[in-house]
Amino acid sequence: MLTSRKTPEPLMLVFIFLALVLLLFVVVTLANMVVEQVVTDLPALINAAFEKSVIKSISLSMYAGLVATLISLVLGIPAAYILARKDFFAKGFVESVLDIPVVVPHTVAGIALLTIFGANGLLGAPLESYIQFRDAFAGIVIAMVFVSAPFLTNSVREGFQNIDPRLENTARSLGAPMWKAFLFVTLPLAARHIMAGSIMCWARAISEFGAVVIIAYYPMIGPTLVYDRYLSYGLSASRPIAVLLILVTLTIFIAVRLISSGWRLYDKD
Amino acid sequence: MIKIEGLHRNWKEFALKGIDLEVHDGEYFVILGPTGAGKTLLLELIAGFYTPDYGEIFINEKNVTVLPPEKRNIGFVYQDYSLFPHMDVRKNIEFGLHMRGIRDLGKVEKMAGNLNISHLLHRYPLTLSGGEQQRVALARVLLIEPDVLLLDEPLSALDPGTQDTTRRLLKKIHNMSDLIVIHVTHNQTEAQILADRIAVMMDGRIVQVAAANDVFDRPLNDRIAHFMGVENVLKGTVTSNIEGLTSIALDSCEIEAVSGCATGETVHACLRPENVTISVVPVKSSARNVFEGVVIEIEPMGALLRVKVNCGFVVHALITKQSALDLGLELGRHVTVSFKATAVHVV
Repeated sequence: MLTSRKTPEPLMLVFIFLALVLLLFVVVTLANMVVEQVVTDLPALINAAFEKSVIKSISLSMYAGLVATLISLVLGIPAAYILARKDFFAKGFVESVLDIPVVVPHTVAGIALLTIFGANGLLGAPLESYIQFRDAFAGIVIAMVFVSAPFLTNSVREGFQNIDPRLENTARSLGAPMWKAFLFVTLPLAARHIMAGSIMCWARAISEFGAVVIIAYYPMIGPTLVYDRYLSYGLSASRPIAVLLILVTLTIFIAVRLISSGWRLYDKD
Repeated sequence: MIKIEGLHRNWKEFALKGIDLEVHDGEYFVILGPTGAGKTLLLELIAGFYTPDYGEIFINEKNVTVLPPEKRNIGFVYQDYSLFPHMDVRKNIEFGLHMRGIRDLGKVEKMAGNLNISHLLHRYPLTLSGGEQQRVALARVLLIEPDVLLLDEPLSALDPGTQDTTRRLLKKIHNMSDLIVIHVTHNQTEAQILADRIAVMMDGRIVQVAAANDVFDRPLNDRIAHFMGVENVLKGTVTSNIEGLTSIALDSCEIEAVSGCATGETVHACLRPENVTISVVPVKSSARNVFEGVVIEIEPMGALLRVKVNCGFVVHALITKQSALDLGLELGRHVTVSFKATAVHVV
């Protein structure tokens, strides 16, 4: 009652205005593209949705992103746990190193990855007869893991930090070896952060272009196809695919968010 | 038996220094000390959550110093009970058995019945009151039949009424088995009521170990005396209770209090020293408890004085320096001590 009668602080009005500018910048840009496509050239959008190469590229994006997220989970959860629970020499340095992929320009990341995983690279050469990365599915996944794993690690680490170590101690005293305490107490309690981190990781993976395009132009993922069509045929040919990509990813994100929103139950706060 | 020898552990700015302790079979042992004395850390070292820098810990003759917690067969209850928030009460209680690969529904039901939580089995911990959480935590820990029960400030998060019932429950649990209980607290009254023996801990060291009453009546030094001097706790038996006015027989005399305790019950009468009045001539007042005694100790405490009077039992009183001056108090002086029946808290 009291707050409704109070005049808002001038600074708050400025903040609200600036926040709206930011919000509109995102919404208008994306919505404009979608709406204009639907209004001016709906048949092109429908054609794109049934075009074999488009379907293939978008599914490849989704699938490679999923594999990259699973690999990031396996590698990121242990790192997140160590960073959340242990103090050790040069911890700050280790944390910064794990975050580097976020700040490196993605084309630079692509070049670095190609240097390591290319046919003559440090790892690419000895592995050549078993697995190829250049212009291959494995290359796409490697590039996606590199750029998106930090998002998962950071979110999961925050989740672990929120769990009172006393709960783990209690589990241990009740007879759980460390792995059981981790599996039955720590992991379920961090479920929401793991889920949120995985969504972020996957989102980042399927939106990656720069690093992927350098190590693997083919097979084409969604963003590469958009770029390829733009260069070869211009805006009108690439836009339907871009719109389709947006619609598919948004639908999946909203669905996953809705499914995982009930997980809040486990949280302390 | 638990034996601790020369235990050291550095912990950030703090250190446990040279802890030696022996706790006997079936003993209710209280570690008493101010906040920040290192009591919880000591308990966590016994449990094996951390390893000592030096020193050894033996449980029943077995050196457990480097054993992981799950191999020590100890039960640990933290101050906030540490129930697993993502499991219902039944899953929480079953956890220890589950870890041992045992599925025994009968045992769980029986334990829940004993602790009066059968009706809570399907509930989640965050929906329970403090007392209920405490009983769930006790059920969970007792189900693994530990050799030692470690309790970290088990009463301090509870309201006074629940504290009384929980205190009785702890005593009952201890009496029913020959479990060793090590109970950590900063509350003197709690220690005196529950403990067989008390270890006083300050600044990471054990400064005195003695039978419960000895620590209060014969503290080794003035710091311990200061820390102990919060309440008078007198053990006695209820001889009558008429409409709440309770007579309690101590060793040498009888005092009156207001309580709901029944005749024949063994109780502790607690009296805060600031509720005790000292006078030099006999007075007529509404106070139900009036005793003649001799001043045996006077000790300054800031603006106040702590006066110990022997009236057959020792009463601690807290008075201002000005009152002491006006009354001409000195050692050996005969005085009258009085306190109201309503000032006595019976547990």
